[in-house]
Amino acid sequence: MQSLLHLNAQQVRQGIKNGYFSAQEYISQILERIQKVDDKINAFITVDNDGALRQASLIDKKVRSGEKIGTLAGVAVSIKDNICTQGLKTTCASKLLKEYVPPYDATVVNRLKNSDAIIVGKANLDEFAMGSTTEFSRYGPTCNPWNINYVVGGSSGGSAASVAALECTVSLGSDTGGSIRCPASFCSVVGFKPTYGLISRFGLISYANSLEQIGPIGKTVLDVRMVMDAIAGIDENDPTTIATAISYAEEEEQGEEQHLQNNDKNKKNIRVGLIKELVEGSEPVISKCIYSAMDIFTKSGCKCEEISIRSVDYALASYYTIAMAEASSNLARFDNIRYGFDFDPDGYEWNTYFAKVRSNFGDEVKRRIIIGSYVLSSGYYGKYYLKAQKVRAMLKHELKSLFKKYDILIAPTMPVLPFTCGEKIEDPLKVYLIDIDTVIANLTGIPAISIPAGFSNGLPMGLQIMADELQEQTLFNTALLFEKIANIKTEYPELC
Amino acid sequence: MLAITAIKIGLEIHCQLTHLQSKLFCPCYSDYRGKTANTNVCPICYGLPGTLPLLNQRAIESAGMISLALGCQIPQNLVFYRKNYFYPDLPKNFQLTQYNAYGITSIGVNGKLYYYGDDVDGGTGKVRSKSARIRRVQIEEDPGRLVYENGNMDTSFYTLIDYNRAGICLVEIVTEPDFTDPKDVRIFLNKITSIIEHLEVCNTNLEGAVRCDVNVSIDSGKRVEIKNIGSFKEVEKAITYEIARQKTMSLHNIEVKSETRHWDDARKVTKQPRTKEEEQDYRYFPEPDIPTVILGNEFVSLIKTKIPELPDARKTRFITYYNLSEHVSQVLIDNKDLADLFESAVKIYSHSPKEIANWIVTDLVGSINDANAKRKHELNEGSGNKVGGGQEEKEEAGRSGSLLSELKIGSKHIAELAKLVDQNIINRSTAKSILSRIVNTGEMPSQVIEKTDTTKINDKKVISEAVESIFNSEKSAVKDAKQNPNAANFLLGKVMQLTKGRADPGITLNLIKAKLDIK
Repeated sequence: MQSLLHLNAQQVRQGIKNGYFSAQEYISQILERIQKVDDKINAFITVDNDGALRQASLIDKKVRSGEKIGTLAGVAVSIKDNICTQGLKTTCASKLLKEYVPPYDATVVNRLKNSDAIIVGKANLDEFAMGSTTEFSRYGPTCNPWNINYVVGGSSGGSAASVAALECTVSLGSDTGGSIRCPASFCSVVGFKPTYGLISRFGLISYANSLEQIGPIGKTVLDVRMVMDAIAGIDENDPTTIATAISYAEEEEQGEEQHLQNNDKNKKNIRVGLIKELVEGSEPVISKCIYSAMDIFTKSGCKCEEISIRSVDYALASYYTIAMAEASSNLARFDNIRYGFDFDPDGYEWNTYFAKVRSNFGDEVKRRIIIGSYVLSSGYYGKYYLKAQKVRAMLKHELKSLFKKYDILIAPTMPVLPFTCGEKIEDPLKVYLIDIDTVIANLTGIPAISIPAGFSNGLPMGLQIMADELQEQTLFNTALLFEKIANIKTEYPELC
Repeated sequence: MLAITAIKIGLEIHCQLTHLQSKLFCPCYSDYRGKTANTNVCPICYGLPGTLPLLNQRAIESAGMISLALGCQIPQNLVFYRKNYFYPDLPKNFQLTQYNAYGITSIGVNGKLYYYGDDVDGGTGKVRSKSARIRRVQIEEDPGRLVYENGNMDTSFYTLIDYNRAGICLVEIVTEPDFTDPKDVRIFLNKITSIIEHLEVCNTNLEGAVRCDVNVSIDSGKRVEIKNIGSFKEVEKAITYEIARQKTMSLHNIEVKSETRHWDDARKVTKQPRTKEEEQDYRYFPEPDIPTVILGNEFVSLIKTKIPELPDARKTRFITYYNLSEHVSQVLIDNKDLADLFESAVKIYSHSPKEIANWIVTDLVGSINDANAKRKHELNEGSGNKVGGGQEEKEEAGRSGSLLSELKIGSKHIAELAKLVDQNIINRSTAKSILSRIVNTGEMPSQVIEKTDTTKINDKKVISEAVESIFNSEKSAVKDAKQNPNAANFLLGKVMQLTKGRADPGITLNLIKAKLDIK
């Protein structure tokens, strides 16, 4: 049988629906691929072979009996290991949740299952999603499938790597300050962070509640959009979700060509702003790449201009202040009293026990808890946390007025190319700085996507496209347009 | 020696909204009492990772009603804050509560509650009307409960945690330090209790449903907070003790330290907790997972329509409409159950509300106190695993019903009793003995009369015979009575005794006087 690994989500579903191959055949190939290559890249913390095959056989049964199948039938999904899966270990790549098996599914997992998607395993990440390289996982780093000596990006490194290494069809990550887009860029796949409140966070183990969203990673924009259709929408279990009609995909029968024709009709109206500060602050090869992306837009009839965001200088400081403050409180519950890992409390006074337990956090997590506690402490709240929120409001205001003039803002996803493993691990501040291009979308709650924009010396570069709140449709249209015209050829890495 | 010039007492009252169906942020039952430990929990109140709080909208309404009833202003926006501290009974290691330091966002602020003080105004001869300012009313979640080996925190080798209570909705009422007299605090707490009972948001009879921490300072000295006071009844004692302690210290020129002390229920003293409670930095910040609740005028108007008649209005109505005395009305409305019993009995027998009220206020209340004392005694005999110490509270002895639930009688009994007395069928002392019997048996008064033939004796002939008999047996008393007319009452008492209280006292006294030849 020919390899099915390169198929995108739509092709997988169609293939299974039309009987070209069975879900079990497809999933077997995926699991075999994981078995073969994951030793090299370490994208998975847990692989659910039995569960995936069981689910595949159920879908095959549905197909045989002529039952209606879900929109993601047979699609193999890896789930970032900070998203709860009932009965399947969810570790957050931390020692503190080493033995934690959630008794419930996150809303997104539930919705994927209802769409007949198949969960193949839990993807690696920086411990509690704190990091931009996936080197801070307590289960070992994930390596970049394009060159295993290079970092994969993070914190959803396992998710992006599993897509690029063809270990799944699509993946779910979470994006607090760029955690989906950064590894998507470093792995030459598509990663999308939706408008805040578009996807339920119920079941996402919180790092920084007010900033983060779950989002899909896939090989193509359409794959990402298909997953969005399945998982987005209001959820009674998450009061921060917003009620809005969501359907980005057109009729099932309507092919990819039709989409693009629809897009062509609208593209002349798209007004594109290139964020000057972010392009200028990037490595030259990346700036060049983004300028040529702008050329592509201009050539296809979009109106493009360079624009400036004045408050961008403060964005990173604001982001880290807020994220760490929220994190310090969110992570307080991990005291190993109700759940966690194997550590007998016998003989300890509880304060000592808490301290012993919490010494098992990794250094980066400890650093963020300490800084977060500091910025919230009395006397400093106004100086740091409140000020950070003011910057956030300022940035939001500035973007609001920009989106009156532009439909889309473009920037690099990452200001740097993937670097070698271990290169920056001793210098946390340097790693914080590479989040500069991505945190804007999290601070302001707007949607942002990273799509492959080219390679430099075999290392991927990503274009970031941002739109105003809830303007996902415009964002997807623009991304599809770029994807089609730029036509970045992707020969996925062999790895074996 | 320094003269004491000022005592300042402030209160922090916690009231569980027991009338809610579910907890504050999850669908678990709010009725957690008497359940097996850790069975009334779900991923949310157990603080499992990935869960988010789901705000109970009815809790906002109930807390809004409390705020309005206490004369508070309700802000435009309601926000929840995280109060961060580590404690094993706190599933998330932060408590969701409210905080006003960065803008007023708690459900109520700046209220005032009037009450009648314990002292009498020299000029008017009336009890003084006083008031206490309410600093704020806020909504927060109750933590779980720590259970110690043998109920003793100091000697326990292990601590068990029961999260059944975790996430129960609490309303915290914080007063300004406007009290100077522990007795006033008791009266104020009675009023608060009555208000929340009338709002039907809390069954204050449930153990642990209402709790009160107090802070006490004298002569502008340091403020001492007293926690762990088991019930409202203990509050007055705790304050009185603490004032005496601080006075003694100041007499000996020892500086009173700012500290938190615990009330020792057994020894009736305040004491330093085993582990010193340091001044904590709670690192408050707004909860990002609960969107700001917009209240505004619409909310206030809605709540206003939902507020039932409050104790003050009810008391006025009792005085004007039923012609009850100030005192009797006060006793009735101080406990909503009594007031309800009264009105329900009046519906059955409307001819003498006063008679009904008197039976409730004087005799029935006595029976209730007896019943409660008995129950408490039984409880103490049979209790095993006790809880105490720290931030933890007294054992919550499963369900405890309303004030009247221990009694077997209701409004129809009281109505009938009042009617029988009002219509001169039985006399008061007979009625009293009937009441003390039926509170335990639940019989109707008329049934008891049938069974025991206790109707009043009006027949002059029968009474004359009894008088005759007493005159024969009490010769010296008769002699006295001829000199001293007041001694006739002694003879009356003897006749009543002989007739087991059934003789009509008026007729009897007349017959005695006639026989003594007193005009």
